[in-house]
Amino acid sequence: MEVINEIKFTMPSLSVNEGAARAVVSSFLVQCDPTVEELSDIRTAVSEAVTNAVVHGYRNGRGNIGLTVRLLPDRVIYIRVKDKGCGIPDIEKAMEPLFTTAPEEERSGLGFSVMQSFMDKVTVRSAPDKGTTVTMRKRLSAHD
Amino acid sequence: MKLDIKNENGSAVAKLSGEIDHHNAKELRAELDRFIVTAQPKELTMDLGGITFMDSSGIGLIMGRCRLMKECGGRLEVRDPQPYIRRVLKLSGIERIVKIR
Repeated sequence: MEVINEIKFTMPSLSVNEGAARAVVSSFLVQCDPTVEELSDIRTAVSEAVTNAVVHGYRNGRGNIGLTVRLLPDRVIYIRVKDKGCGIPDIEKAMEPLFTTAPEEERSGLGFSVMQSFMDKVTVRSAPDKGTTVTMRKRLSAHD
Repeated sequence: MKLDIKNENGSAVAKLSGEIDHHNAKELRAELDRFIVTAQPKELTMDLGGITFMDSSGIGLIMGRCRLMKECGGRLEVRDPQPYIRRVLKLSGIERIVKIR
């Protein structure tokens, strides 16, 4: 993978860091001059992935969340959100719209649907007790 | 995140501003629920005009308040979401149960 630029950011799984993750991604994207819609799409997808790590990955305690943002050739943005939490036993089920394991927290079960709608490609790798890695890609529109 | 609620003759408007994510939805939920249960408005409008960011946590927040308003014999409406917030609302299908103006 040819990488033009990259940032890596590690944060504890505190909910306040959902906003911090969005801010980091927004700052990185400034160099690409995305449209308002593209920026909003990527910020929303990152927020969903980080929230999943906070709420589900580390439901039994605190751990670290790793966020990697890369600018690849052809204006492709690559994002990886990684936790070493409890993992997802059934990824297919977890990605079903409206499926949630935290209804008491009013989780709508739409996190993965939002990521899939707002990004071009979403991949989830997970193993129980090992953690979850979500990778997402989105190609920004051509620049004049 | 800011919440300002005005209530006149059972018709209330909750003006929200800032960002709605999982982190600050908890506080908003508590404050809105306290108001709904004590004031028992007939109509509650969540004004999203000042919201600059919202992820699916906002959907949970709206759906939960819609349920509570119904239980209390009232009705919830949402108004003035920015275009990019409207896209999250649309994706959720929430428009089938809550009126969005």
